[in-house]
Amino acid sequence: MNVIEISGLRKSYSVGFFKKTEKVALKGLSLEVREGEVFGYLGPNGAGKTTTLKLLMGLMFPTGGSAKILGLDIDHPRVRTSVGFLPEQPYFYDYLTASELLEYYAQLSGVPAKERSPRVKKMLGRVGLSDVANTQLRKFSKGMLQRAGIAQAIIHDPKIVFLDEPMSGLDPIGRREVRDLIEELHDEGKTIFFSTHILTDAETLCDRVAVLNKGELRGVGVVADLLSSRGATVEIVWRGTSAIASVETLGGKCHVAAEIVRAVLEKSNLDAAIDAVRRAKAELISVTPVQATLEDFFLERIAQPSETTVPAELSI
Amino acid sequence: MTASRIWHISFNTFREAVRDRVLYNLVFFALLMVGSAPLFGQISVGLERIVLVNLGLAAISIFGVVIAIFIGIGLVSKEIERKTLYTVLSRPVRRWEFILGKYFGLAGTLAVNTFFMAVGFFAVLVFVTKSLAASDAQLLIAIYFIILQFLVITAITLLFSTFSSPLLSALFAFGLFLIGSFADDLRGLARMVEGPQHSLLMGLSYIVPNFGAMNVVSQVAHQQSVPATLILHNTLYAFLYAAAALSAATLIFENRNLK
Amino acid sequence: MSIARKFKSPASRVAAVVLVLSLIAAAMSARRIDEMRPEARLEEVLYLQSPAVIKFMSLGYTGLAASIYWTRAVQYFGEKHYAKAKRFDLLPKLLDLTVDLDPHLIPAYSFGSIFLAQQPPEGAGMPDQAVEFIERGIRENPDYWRFYYNLGFIHFIERHDYKAAADAFERGSKVRGANPAMKTMAALMEQRAGNTQTARILWTNIYESTDEPIIRRNALTRLVALRVDEDVWNLDHLLEKYIDHTGSTPHSWQELISGGILRGVPADPSGDPYKLTTDGHAVVQNPQKFPFIQRGIPRGQSSPETITPESRKVVEGAQVTPR
Repeated sequence: MNVIEISGLRKSYSVGFFKKTEKVALKGLSLEVREGEVFGYLGPNGAGKTTTLKLLMGLMFPTGGSAKILGLDIDHPRVRTSVGFLPEQPYFYDYLTASELLEYYAQLSGVPAKERSPRVKKMLGRVGLSDVANTQLRKFSKGMLQRAGIAQAIIHDPKIVFLDEPMSGLDPIGRREVRDLIEELHDEGKTIFFSTHILTDAETLCDRVAVLNKGELRGVGVVADLLSSRGATVEIVWRGTSAIASVETLGGKCHVAAEIVRAVLEKSNLDAAIDAVRRAKAELISVTPVQATLEDFFLERIAQPSETTVPAELSI
Repeated sequence: MTASRIWHISFNTFREAVRDRVLYNLVFFALLMVGSAPLFGQISVGLERIVLVNLGLAAISIFGVVIAIFIGIGLVSKEIERKTLYTVLSRPVRRWEFILGKYFGLAGTLAVNTFFMAVGFFAVLVFVTKSLAASDAQLLIAIYFIILQFLVITAITLLFSTFSSPLLSALFAFGLFLIGSFADDLRGLARMVEGPQHSLLMGLSYIVPNFGAMNVVSQVAHQQSVPATLILHNTLYAFLYAAAALSAATLIFENRNLK
Repeated sequence: MSIARKFKSPASRVAAVVLVLSLIAAAMSARRIDEMRPEARLEEVLYLQSPAVIKFMSLGYTGLAASIYWTRAVQYFGEKHYAKAKRFDLLPKLLDLTVDLDPHLIPAYSFGSIFLAQQPPEGAGMPDQAVEFIERGIRENPDYWRFYYNLGFIHFIERHDYKAAADAFERGSKVRGANPAMKTMAALMEQRAGNTQTARILWTNIYESTDEPIIRRNALTRLVALRVDEDVWNLDHLLEKYIDHTGSTPHSWQELISGGILRGVPADPSGDPYKLTTDGHAVVQNPQKFPFIQRGIPRGQSSPETITPESRKVVEGAQVTPR
């Protein structure tokens, strides 16, 4: 079941005061997110990730297209009770203490009065802020604020949690903590939609990812599939320059350094390349499979000129 | 549900104001001014009461307006700037509920402040005149009118805060307060000119908040009584004007893209 | 979700309706409040009497403060005038404050002195204060010759001090750029020429130098009165000649017309024919129409000393071309 269905969502602003020019932030985005998955929304800064999230949260109004959450239009009041949202680099009311903050958000989300205080306590424990429950937020470190932020996003037990760049600006320990929290939420069966420009986070956490650049979707799919779709490659290294010509005909670009030659080839051409090296009586040094990363995919996708439209569903 | 959300937002706004050090500085200065009134009174012999009433009520009014503007300008714009609004509006909170909650929060803050300043004022009055007459009830009417002014100026400041930067909002709101205080003179001016300027000035004089009629400080200082009908109509006017400003704020805020 | 729906969300629509309704109601309420306290519009007490304090409070915008006080002075005068008041106690103070704040506010002196000088309810009936005020204007703005004219006018019309009037016109005529007529006026005054001719020139000048309706109407009433005086003086002169000639008192204007002395029945500025009394004098039919007239008053009646509703009609109807 799809819990988020976005179709043809567009957003453009006019910028400038006297001479208005139209700036397109999102060019007809279509996307589905399934129940219970961790969905990574990738793209460089300025790709339109935050715009998408703000449109889904009703903070901005789309110029065109539509979106549904849990089968309801996103401006339907009932949608808001089932979603949690952590904005990018949030500040919170720094005059409140951690427990006051969570209490306030629980009130606004309509958590019944009786349940509020136990739930606030539980949530503080869960994000590891029990010790500082009565400390004002102005004294919090960045990592603590981010944990408080996640706590406010899930205080009302939403079905879907939207996180905008939840790991940015955190130290490795902080990132680890946030990652663990996301995994826990996943285990509870919540759907998590998070945007990031840090690829390793997406690679370890996500069931599926979408890649966005310049307001356009460049690919969506299961992480493993996206990687395999690139085709596996191997690196072959040998001594002696005589085999270069024949290896290059197989599509491998050769790099020569002090008689040592390195070439990266499609796996299917490996046997032919080894034969070529042997025929030239060169000394084979090593053959290593190249580990494909999401980063390669990402770089490849965003490097594409924007005219070539990529099919929204790459490999499902 | 709506009512409870508005209440929680109001309470949080009140809590923010109460925890702000700026508020205490302003209240302190206002009380200082009220407290120093007897000194001025001694300079003008036989006028202690008049000077005290004029100065004391002026202090309550001016500092209240300053507090209303300085807190009001940040009510919406600061929440946008700090992105705290995002976490509020992504919840089942309607935008108009947010506006009303903020408004009632600040209005409540001002009412509480005015109460304390009024207590201070009456304490000084009793200290100076050694008695309280029944006619001093008129002073309560003057203070009530000052609170009505606060209700209007808060709504106006909140309106500006929905679309403008804090600095510009402060300038707009303060300008409108000054113009509104001279609305009578604006009408006098309108009567003197003719042609299109007449209609323009007349129209303008009725659109700006009519603060002049809400200022009876000089009257009560001279122990003139305030007619009951004026109390009724000023109350009605303040509520209507605040409603107009708040609905304008809602109209703007409902359709605003939060970038 | 359609965009149209979002931009016309229920809350927006309700807000728009509430905005319009409450703004209209608020304006109506403000009008109502205004009507309720016409007296309160300008309190009969000036709380700020010290120019120094006002200057301080105006944060250096003394010109603006002066304009506000000038507006208040005019309003005060206008309301008092409208209410046919006999006293204008605050007027001198308001005017003084105005020029304390801006000593070069020309209209304050010229209108202010006229407001002060004339008899109530056309003015405050304070000619001495008026002289003092315009003298102050002259001290502050010595190059403005018209103030000498105002001064001479007040001396002549209100105080009947011809010597002082002549002196004022004489001083004024020496200012660079002064109207050459100032010299003539000075000469007329020297001859103690308290005749209608001089008065007409003065009132005509006043009439033509301003757009202020109260001042213009008063000047016009005076000019109409002068015309009646002149008409009556001429008619009496003709009647005298006729009586001398024929030895009998005429019973109707017709006798004079047949005698070739008059071309038609003479009419006053309101169009009514002058009445011929049994003892051979010309009088107006209704003196209520003609305040300030000196001649042609029917026996047993008197000419009003202030503008009357009847006279107002005459003035409004008259295409007055001050001759």
